[in-house]
Amino acid sequence: MTSKITLHTEDSMILELRECASLLLEKLQGDDYQEASKMIVNLNEARDSTIFQCVGELTRALHESIKNFNIPGGEQALSQQGSAEEHCSELNDASSGLEYVLTLTKNAADKTMDMVEECAPICNELGQEASSLKQEWAKLRNREMSPDEFRALYKRLDIYFETLDAGTNKLNENMQNIILEQGFQDLTGQVLKKVINLVTDVETNLVSLMRIAGQVESVVGIDVEKYTNDGKASKKTGADTAGEGPQYNSNKRSDVIDSQDNVDDLLSSLGF
Amino acid sequence: MKILIVDDFSTMRRIIKNLLRDLGFTNTQEADDGLTALPMLKNGDFDFLVTDWNMPGMTGIDLLKQVRADERISSMPILMVTAEAKRDQIVEAAQAGVNGYVIKPFTAAALKEKIEKIFERV
Repeated sequence: MTSKITLHTEDSMILELRECASLLLEKLQGDDYQEASKMIVNLNEARDSTIFQCVGELTRALHESIKNFNIPGGEQALSQQGSAEEHCSELNDASSGLEYVLTLTKNAADKTMDMVEECAPICNELGQEASSLKQEWAKLRNREMSPDEFRALYKRLDIYFETLDAGTNKLNENMQNIILEQGFQDLTGQVLKKVINLVTDVETNLVSLMRIAGQVESVVGIDVEKYTNDGKASKKTGADTAGEGPQYNSNKRSDVIDSQDNVDDLLSSLGF
Repeated sequence: MKILIVDDFSTMRRIIKNLLRDLGFTNTQEADDGLTALPMLKNGDFDFLVTDWNMPGMTGIDLLKQVRADERISSMPILMVTAEAKRDQIVEAAQAGVNGYVIKPFTAAALKEKIEKIFERV
């Protein structure tokens, strides 16, 4: 939602200012001080009405934005702690959505690891028995086996084929299930896309609100730069080593180390 | 060898526990924050600490500093396993006395190499 407010409010005020100013000059030069006073009153009124118009636009735009995100308006929400409406805003939905992503990814990771942990002993046992049978088989091939040993081998092979059958079935089943578990990416992806859209909307709305507020400021004559710069300065004194989580834009930054090898190089170059 | 694994994500604790087990280290315990880990370390005769950086209560870097500041446990070998990879952070950890620094995502080989290196020196 972009605001329809245009610069015409400012322009028309400037126009009025100019007209009034030249008329004022005229009156002063003609010693008509009463008229000149009246002009000053008119000038103030022009300024005031422009301010009211801009603030009106700002308020309307703010209302629109809040309506779009379904946040129940002001005092009503505060007085109804825990009411159904309070929990319905889109922003609230976004938080729940992200909680859902956390839960889903954790569960998928846990289930996948469970299935892999089931597979490991199966593989181990099959492998060990195969090694041992291989040695017996070699003896058989070299005709170094007694009839008793052969009977034992015969039984072992029988059992082994059963185990192999069951084992490989279980492995295949688990591997398929692991693939299926990755389906979380679809569900979480959908939620994340929604949240990204919402955040982008919020950003767009805030930018246009800022623009309208800027017009109010220029009409009223507030120097906002001074205030915002002070705010920025105090933010930057935060620790440079504060945690930031995983770096996903490391190619755009010069202070991030992007591989274990580079970490190791940095540490050894410092003597650690 | 008794090892404490500290990370606020249970999935990561499980991964590290499994990798340690594959390397033969089966005596492991877990904590989900520096705050819960510190008393465990002070009272529990652990021989090795593996910790993340970013944790809500007490960060890994603060945990590292606290351990180094306590006489009884100050010489404990400490490995950081973390997504934090800014130059300043790595330097700060090294200066605070960390024995190894592994960045996420990591391979089993990388983790193994760092652990072996730490115990070579000790």
